[in-house]
Amino acid sequence: MVRKKLSRIQWGVIKTAVFILCLLPFMAISWDAVNNLLGPDPIQTLHFRTGDWTLRFLLITLTMSPLQRLLKTPIPIRFRRMFGLFTFFYASTHMMVWLVLDQSLSLDNMLQDIPESPYIILGLTAYSLLIPLAITSTTGMMRRLGRRWTVLHRTVYLIAVFGVIHFFWLTKLDYQEPLIYSLILGVLLAFRWRILKAIFTPKSAISKT
Amino acid sequence: MARKKIPAIKENEVTPLQLFNNSRSLISASRRQFLAQGAGLLLASGLMPTSGWAGNKITDYKRSSLSLNETPTPYEYVTTYNNFYEFGTSKGDPAVNAHLLKTKPWSVTIEGEVGKPGVYDLEDILKRQQLEERIYRLRCVEAWSMVVPWIGFSLADLIKQMEPTSKAKYVEFTTLYDPEQMPGQKRRTLKWPYTEGLRIDEAMNPLTLMATGLYGEEMPNQNGAPLRLIVPWKYGFKSIKSIVKIRLTEQMPKTSWNESARHEYGFYANVNPSVSHPRWSQSRERVIGAPLFTPKRDTEMFNGYGEQVAELYKGMNLRRFF
Ligand code: HEM
Repeated sequence: MVRKKLSRIQWGVIKTAVFILCLLPFMAISWDAVNNLLGPDPIQTLHFRTGDWTLRFLLITLTMSPLQRLLKTPIPIRFRRMFGLFTFFYASTHMMVWLVLDQSLSLDNMLQDIPESPYIILGLTAYSLLIPLAITSTTGMMRRLGRRWTVLHRTVYLIAVFGVIHFFWLTKLDYQEPLIYSLILGVLLAFRWRILKAIFTPKSAISKT
Repeated sequence: MARKKIPAIKENEVTPLQLFNNSRSLISASRRQFLAQGAGLLLASGLMPTSGWAGNKITDYKRSSLSLNETPTPYEYVTTYNNFYEFGTSKGDPAVNAHLLKTKPWSVTIEGEVGKPGVYDLEDILKRQQLEERIYRLRCVEAWSMVVPWIGFSLADLIKQMEPTSKAKYVEFTTLYDPEQMPGQKRRTLKWPYTEGLRIDEAMNPLTLMATGLYGEEMPNQNGAPLRLIVPWKYGFKSIKSIVKIRLTEQMPKTSWNESARHEYGFYANVNPSVSHPRWSQSRERVIGAPLFTPKRDTEMFNGYGEQVAELYKGMNLRRFF
């Protein structure tokens, strides 16, 4: 536990600072886009940079509860929702790059491209699964859903696994980067082995014991 | 002979290169561009140094009627956006690392089903060739494309000079293997050395080019100096770089990308919008150097060279022989 309790104002300042920090990658990417600094292949650069930050924020979000356990302080949990919503924010920019720049908002293009691209299908699945989590992220929703909220938000493990597979699947030959991300995810999931074990144990087995 | 027009490059398009190039190569790149534009003028006034700098100008070449009538992709992009895993797997790596490659002297082993096998000095090979500028579209298997003013000679001319035997059914090409000069070879990404191959009729097609330069100057190392293949109707990985060996064979040669993933990269690798890569569609391509909101370009069958090459594949199932 922290020794001194922080005042409301102090909390406000810290949260605002973290919020701005989380926005920095977005501002850097936008700056480069506006100033024509994205290099020879701007669309791919945007795919990569927004995709990287989506995955990074996803992993940061998943680090908060292990951190709480390790440091024995509730502070990390207080930032979990913000990081989770930033994950959704970066995923949305990633999605917009694809919709607007890659597909030119053309339904015909999408109908042609999606079936031919398993990693796009997986990305879209991951993104769709993020939407209910973002919608139910408010304190009111948390209260209303109670235990069901916890169960619903466990989808985030699946989303993270999909995100990493998405990365592997789009990679040509050099798997170094997705490997690093999957190792980190592996460690983070290891902290949840009890939960994961419960999820993967058939209901009947539980009722017997 | 000078090209008609070098596309103007706006300052803001050049700046990003600073971010991933070391400053030395940036300076030399912009200097080369400057020299390429002003060389004629400087030569006339006797101000241009005749040696001692990279990117020597090629003076003696003719224009080819096989050229596209399109504005080439800016020099800066052609020379900083490269797939050349021998120097690293990111697009920017080759421009940073390729200075390690020593291209002079360079010899090419020509062997197999030929009447005149041997180890040839590249200079001697070039003495017998007429250089041409050919502006071709390059379509990468990763669904992007650029337009490059290559300089080179017809592979057919070289093969004829080597007197192929009747058993010469295929041509196999091999890239230099030397991890000291090509640090990317220290990692096992592809199986080194890189090899590629063509059927003999593909090799003899007038479009097939052995390139020694681009944009009116000797080939930059990162683009495959000093000698590379260009097969404009096939995906870019067929156009093998920094060639040290050409072997004519009776059997279909093994090729690097095909060996690394057989179901994804075929021996033929003809550009074909209706046969998708197992992981992505090939129906459209990002145009390198196009402004951000430009829609992707529709990929053309045989990259637009169908008139010259469709005949080669008559009766073949291109879905099967991808
Ligand atoms: C939670 C959801 C997602 C995550 C975590 C994610 C993550 C990533 C990552 C890490 C990359 C690679 C970045 C790099 O190579 O540096 C990437 C690339 C990409 N993603 Fe996603 N992504 C997600 C959803 C989507 C969606 C919904 C789409 C489109 C419908 C999409 C389309 C792409 C594309 C087109 C690329 C670039 C592929 C290429 O050019 O090689 N992703 N994504």
